[in-house]
Amino acid sequence: MIPLLGITTQALFAQLLLGLINGAFYALLSLGLAVIFGMLNIVNFAHGALYMMGAFFAWFLLHYFEIGYWPALVLAPLGVGLLGMVIERTMLHRLAGLDPIYGLLLTFGIALIVQGLFQNAYGASGMPYPMPDLLKGGQNLGFMYLPNYRAWVVVFSIAVCLATWFAIEKTRLGATLRAATENPELTRAFGVNVPRLITLTYGFGVALAALAGVLAAPIYQVRPLMGADFIIVVFAVVVIGGMGSIMGSILTGFLLGLVEGLTKVFYPQAANVVVFVIMVLVLLVKPAGLFGKQA
Amino acid sequence: MAEADLTAPLLSVAGLQAFYGESHVLHGVNLRIFPGEVVTLLGRNGAGKTTTLKCIMGMVGKRSGSICFAENETIALTSDRIARLGVALCPEERGIFASLSVEENLLLPPKIAPGGLPLDEIFTLFPNLKERLSSQGGKLSGGEQQMLAIGRILRTGARLLLLDEPTEGLAPIIIRQIGVAIGKLKALGFTILLVEQNFRWASALADRFYVMEHGEIVESFASAELAANMDKLHACLGV
Ligand SMILES: Nc1ncnc2c1ncn2[C@@H]1O[C@H](COP(=O)(O)OP(=O)(O)OP(=O)(O)O)[C@@H](O)[C@H]1O
Ligand SMILES: [Mg+2]
Repeated sequence: MIPLLGITTQALFAQLLLGLINGAFYALLSLGLAVIFGMLNIVNFAHGALYMMGAFFAWFLLHYFEIGYWPALVLAPLGVGLLGMVIERTMLHRLAGLDPIYGLLLTFGIALIVQGLFQNAYGASGMPYPMPDLLKGGQNLGFMYLPNYRAWVVVFSIAVCLATWFAIEKTRLGATLRAATENPELTRAFGVNVPRLITLTYGFGVALAALAGVLAAPIYQVRPLMGADFIIVVFAVVVIGGMGSIMGSILTGFLLGLVEGLTKVFYPQAANVVVFVIMVLVLLVKPAGLFGKQA
Repeated sequence: MAEADLTAPLLSVAGLQAFYGESHVLHGVNLRIFPGEVVTLLGRNGAGKTTTLKCIMGMVGKRSGSICFAENETIALTSDRIARLGVALCPEERGIFASLSVEENLLLPPKIAPGGLPLDEIFTLFPNLKERLSSQGGKLSGGEQQMLAIGRILRTGARLLLLDEPTEGLAPIIIRQIGVAIGKLKALGFTILLVEQNFRWASALADRFYVMEHGEIVESFASAELAANMDKLHACLGV
C-alpha cells in the first residue's frame, strides 16, 4: 500500500506488468515498421492487419490441423512473412521511387481489404485461443501475482527485439542492410541483389508483426480488428520514437507501454490518450522524434 | 599497343548513348581497354566521363549501344549482375557509407571471384585504413575516404576497376600515395579505367588516354604521345 495516493502496490505492479506487455507489442510492431520504413521508405499501414493475420494463422493451425502454440510461434511468422514477400513483389515493388504517400495508401487499402474479408468470414467478435499448457499458472512474488504467460511474452519479446537489433547493427548481413538503406544504387553496384534484400526485409518486418500476433492470441482474443485498434497507438509510438533508429523504436515501445500502465493507476481517465498527448508534445519539441535523426 | 592488339579487349564500348530523363548526355561513345592496361579518360567538367563509368557499371537507367565486358554483353544487365562479372566502381563522390564502420565499408562488397587482394595487402597500400577500422565511415577525412573507396573494391576479385577522379580535392602527399597504389595495382594485373582531370599525374600511370567532349570520344593517344598532343589537350580541356 502506498498510503498517500491510496493505491495498493498490488494494483501498481499489476498495471505496470500490463503496461510492459503492451510495450512488448508496441516494440515488436514499431520495430518492424522502422525496419520496413528504412529500407522501402514505406509507412506500412498493413502492419496491424498482418499482426491480426499472425494471430489467425495460429488459430487456423490449431483448429484445422491441431498444431499448437509452439509450432505456431514459428510457422505463423514464416507463413505471414511469406505472404508479405508476395505483397512486396507483386505490389509495393511497383511503387519504388514514387512519393511514399502511394505506399501508405496502398498498404492502408490492403489492411482494409484483409480486415473486411476476415470480418466477413469470422464476424467481429473474438475467438479465444488457449494458453499453452507449459505457461499456465503463475508465480506469487509477494508484492504481486505474475502470470507465467505474461512473463514469457515480456522476456521473449525483449529477446527478439535485442536479437533483431544485434543482427542489424552488428553482423555482416546487417551492414549490407544498412548500406542498402543509405545508398541502394551503390550497394547494388557492388554486386548485392538489393531488390531481393528489400523483399526479405519486408518479409522480416511482417514476420515480426505476425509473431506479435501469435504472442497476443492467448491474452487478447483473436479478432479481425485486433490490429486496427492497436496499430493507431503503434503509429503514435513510431512518431514519438522517430523512424530512424532500431534501438529507439524498441525503447520507445516499452517506455510508452509503461507510461500507459502508470497512467491507468494514477489517472485512469487519461490512459487511452496519454500516448497521443506525448506524441503532440514530442512533435512540438523534437519533430524528428526522440531517437530520430533531424531531417 | 602492338602487344595489346594481339589479345581481345577486356572492355569494349561501342556507340554508347545515355540519357538523364530527356537530356541526351552520351552521343555514341567508343572505347576499348585491354587486359592489364591503365587507360585514362580526360575531359572538361560535364563532358560525360562519370556518365560513361556509370553506364559501364549499369547505373544509368536509359542507355543503349553496346558494352562488352569479358565477352559478355552488359548493356541490358543490372548493376549487381555487372559487378558479379568483375567490374567495380570507385565513385566520384566516394560513396562511403556513413552508417557503417570503416571495417564494414571495407567488407561490404561481396567477393565475386577468387584473386582479390587480401586485407593485409590493402593495408600495405593504405596503412591509414588499418588504424581507423572501427571509426564510423562518416568521420573519415577526404583522403581516408578515398583510400577506403579504392581499398574496398580490391578484395572482391573484380578485374576491371573504374576510378572516378580519385585525386579530386586531396592534398599532394595523398595524391602521391594514391598514385603509388594505382601503380602497384597495375603491376598486380588489374585493368583500370581512370577518370582524371590531372593528366600530368595520370601520365605517369596510364598506358593510353581518351579525351571526351560533349558526350563523345574526340581523341585517343598513347602515353608516349602525350607531349605531341599537349596543344590539342590544352584546347580540349581548357587548361
Ligand atoms: N543525375 C543527372 N541528371 C541530369 N543530368 C545529369 C546528371 N548527372 C550528370 N548530368 C549531366 O550530364 C552531363 C555529363 O555529366 P557527367 O557527370 O558525366 O560529366 P563529367 O565529365 O563526369 O563531369 P565532371 O568532370 O564535372 O565530373 C552534364 O551536362 C551533367 O550536367
Ligand atoms: Mg564526373
